[in-house]
Amino acid sequence: MIGFMWNLLLAVTWVVLTGDVGGINLLFGLFVGYLVLGVMQRQIPSLRGYTRRLPRLLKFIAFFSKELVVANLTVAFDIITPVWHMKPGVIAMPLEAKTELEITMVANLISLTPGTLSLDVSDDRRVLFIHAMFLDNEQELRDSLKDMERRVLGILR
Amino acid sequence: MTETIVNWVIAIFMLSSGIFTLLAAVGILRLPDLMTRMHASTKAGALGVALMMIAAMLHFNDLVVMAKALAVIMFILITAPIAAHAIGRAGYFVGVPIWVNTVKDELFNRYDSDTHRLRSGLETEEELKKMKTSNKDKPRIRVTTKK
Repeated sequence: MIGFMWNLLLAVTWVVLTGDVGGINLLFGLFVGYLVLGVMQRQIPSLRGYTRRLPRLLKFIAFFSKELVVANLTVAFDIITPVWHMKPGVIAMPLEAKTELEITMVANLISLTPGTLSLDVSDDRRVLFIHAMFLDNEQELRDSLKDMERRVLGILR
Repeated sequence: MTETIVNWVIAIFMLSSGIFTLLAAVGILRLPDLMTRMHASTKAGALGVALMMIAAMLHFNDLVVMAKALAVIMFILITAPIAAHAIGRAGYFVGVPIWVNTVKDELFNRYDSDTHRLRSGLETEEELKKMKTSNKDKPRIRVTTKK
């Protein structure tokens, strides 16, 4: 997060110095800032790994938008057809995320994908309770949730 | 030529946004219980708004509009799941009846409504003992009890 702020700041500086305000120049500034941060990240602990995390973030955004649309369509299909295909239920998912930020991000993103809604975290923060709409294949659902969690942690850590 | 293509893309985005939002509304009416209704309303609504904002971005093709639209999408994506989580959680713990055909409930009996403790089911014996003795240390929900 701090890394991205620095990148943005460098891009704005680039735009101010070149005196050309526009979308393309801002993008170029972001690119230059990214390269500069790539050179600098070894020296500064809070920036470490930033250049590695940004492509992962972009990949995650693409993956997540795809997931969002596909899952929305399955829910939409169940809403319009007169028969219920869904098998709702509450499952407990063991968490790998440890800190509060990680748990919040994981829970929020799980809530955002249709078909799953995070209900609560247990007191010892080891388990996340999720209400799922399609429990036809529970193992598959658990695997996809785990996969999502791993991707989120890859960005945050 | 490019203008007509862009116009078509905008039309598709706007239409699908409208369809998703409509589906969210139909879902609220049709679905059987609170939790499944939360599924339909928040997510389809969020996707609808996001698609509409993308269409606006394409239509105006302007940096300021783009920034505003992105901000709107960000806010919706941050707030929608939190609202869904809060309502769903409150509904579950207050005891709103869930659908008869619900196949599984792993949260059942894990929540203690007197102490407001939620067990994970993975604790060791010692931890469970400790939890019982230190009930009053940290209530999850602050409850004011008048005597």
